[in-house]
Amino acid sequence: MSLDKLKNRNVGVQNYKMLDLGHTPESGWGKFKQVLKRSVKLELFVGLKVTIREMFKALFMGEMHTVKYPFEKLPISPRYRAIHEMKRLLESGHYRCIGCGLCEKICISNCIKMDTRYDEEQRKEVSDYTINFGRCIFCGYCAEVCPELAIVHGGRYETASEQRASYSNFEDMLTPMDELMNQKEYPGFGAPTPVADKNIKKTPLAY
Amino acid sequence: MDGYIIATVIKAILILAVISALAGFGTYIERKILAFIQRRLGPMHVGPFGVLQIAADGIKLFTKEDFIPSGANKIVFMVAPIITAATAFIALAAVPLLPEFTLFGIDVKPIVSDMNIGILFVIAMMGVGLYGPLLAGMAQENKWGIIGSARTAIQFLSYEVVTGLSLLAPIMMVGSLSLIDFNTYQAGGIGHWIVWTQPVAFILFLISGFAETNRTPFDLLENEAEVISGYATEYSGMRWGMFFIGEYANMITIGFLASLIFLGGFNPLWIIPGGLAIILKVAFFFFLMLWVRSAWPHIRPDQLMWLCWKVLMPLAVINILITGLVMMA
Repeated sequence: MSLDKLKNRNVGVQNYKMLDLGHTPESGWGKFKQVLKRSVKLELFVGLKVTIREMFKALFMGEMHTVKYPFEKLPISPRYRAIHEMKRLLESGHYRCIGCGLCEKICISNCIKMDTRYDEEQRKEVSDYTINFGRCIFCGYCAEVCPELAIVHGGRYETASEQRASYSNFEDMLTPMDELMNQKEYPGFGAPTPVADKNIKKTPLAY
Repeated sequence: MDGYIIATVIKAILILAVISALAGFGTYIERKILAFIQRRLGPMHVGPFGVLQIAADGIKLFTKEDFIPSGANKIVFMVAPIITAATAFIALAAVPLLPEFTLFGIDVKPIVSDMNIGILFVIAMMGVGLYGPLLAGMAQENKWGIIGSARTAIQFLSYEVVTGLSLLAPIMMVGSLSLIDFNTYQAGGIGHWIVWTQPVAFILFLISGFAETNRTPFDLLENEAEVISGYATEYSGMRWGMFFIGEYANMITIGFLASLIFLGGFNPLWIIPGGLAIILKVAFFFFLMLWVRSAWPHIRPDQLMWLCWKVLMPLAVINILITGLVMMA
């Protein structure tokens, strides 16, 4: 698809075609002729043919539409924005968050709350980090703004729980240590593009 | 004589048990086939492939409150579903369900009563069955019920004449009203089926049979989209269930009538034994009713009357005339 075709926003005129519905008969004789024509052409049996074809497709060609939802799920987009995940550094296993507070600052529904302090080596440490999922609108700004790709969106969309605090504590969102080998980079909102390495420029010394 | 009475009672009880079980199973088959045609799965969770869904539905129907509206005519309201269910089973009394067979050295005729007016009796009983919806709709003091019973009257006035006239031509050819005689008339194999000599009568009978069992092109009586539930609006529990057992039993009866009168009945077909042949034919008609329901829209009451009186009845009369002329020649 060429670019100008993609940019054609004039939806509604380009792909429609008028159906040939014929004309409505006026006189009694015309109506009679129409009834006769439709009966001889066996139009009713076309409907029967369509339904039985759909049945054979469903039963024998694996085109059943039903997804038995709690038991089987449709795949979601990798860019889907559901409950957040906190990522760890693969080398050390330490969490990636550097406590910069940008996500707290940018959050438009004010649902992220973080407290930081200096640990004994004078490094920033996250002492408290929660997201109030009652307020979060899953806009993805926090994932986009995060300089360390520490907070991202995951694919967990079934969020009924018994407590308000479920899913929202720092420990709950953090990748478990034993799952560290399976931790995947987030391909969605705010993540580096596949060509990010190529696009990066060396900072000139004169700065 | 004693043996005759005992045999008749046993046959009646068996037919009642088997056909009502089949009618219940028919609801499952209907849901399943409609689902497949719409590329859904249908009931899946109660038992393997949802077969036990009918047991669950039955338990629900039996334990539901038997509700009678305060403004209703109580006796008529209570009797109406019984009329529908009872007449549906009484109609089956004159229908030979299977070929004769021998069980423990006794020759069994699987027909409760081979009366000489078989077809008339069946048609009359199925006609009486429409008193159920008619009385139910009028007894329940509900506007949807009244509309439902008005539509019942319209439907009754429309199809009944076509049923009778369309069957008249085959009756003239066979010269008997007994369904067993119809069966023996077509004993010569597939070439002797009446459907080849009376195709118009077959189609007319099928159309009026759909109207008689209020299946989809003509399901005016309790069309949810238009009249909530028509005559069944105020019914709940087992009384509501009885209407539906009656309706499904009627579907089975129409299937038997069509296959006995037009499609060779329970005569053996090639290598298929007679008993299996008729069950297959009835199953086909049952499936046809569901298939048609999934494919065709239903029509308005005035269109039904137009169709029956202005199209089908003249066709039936012409068919009788031509049959008579051919028989005289």
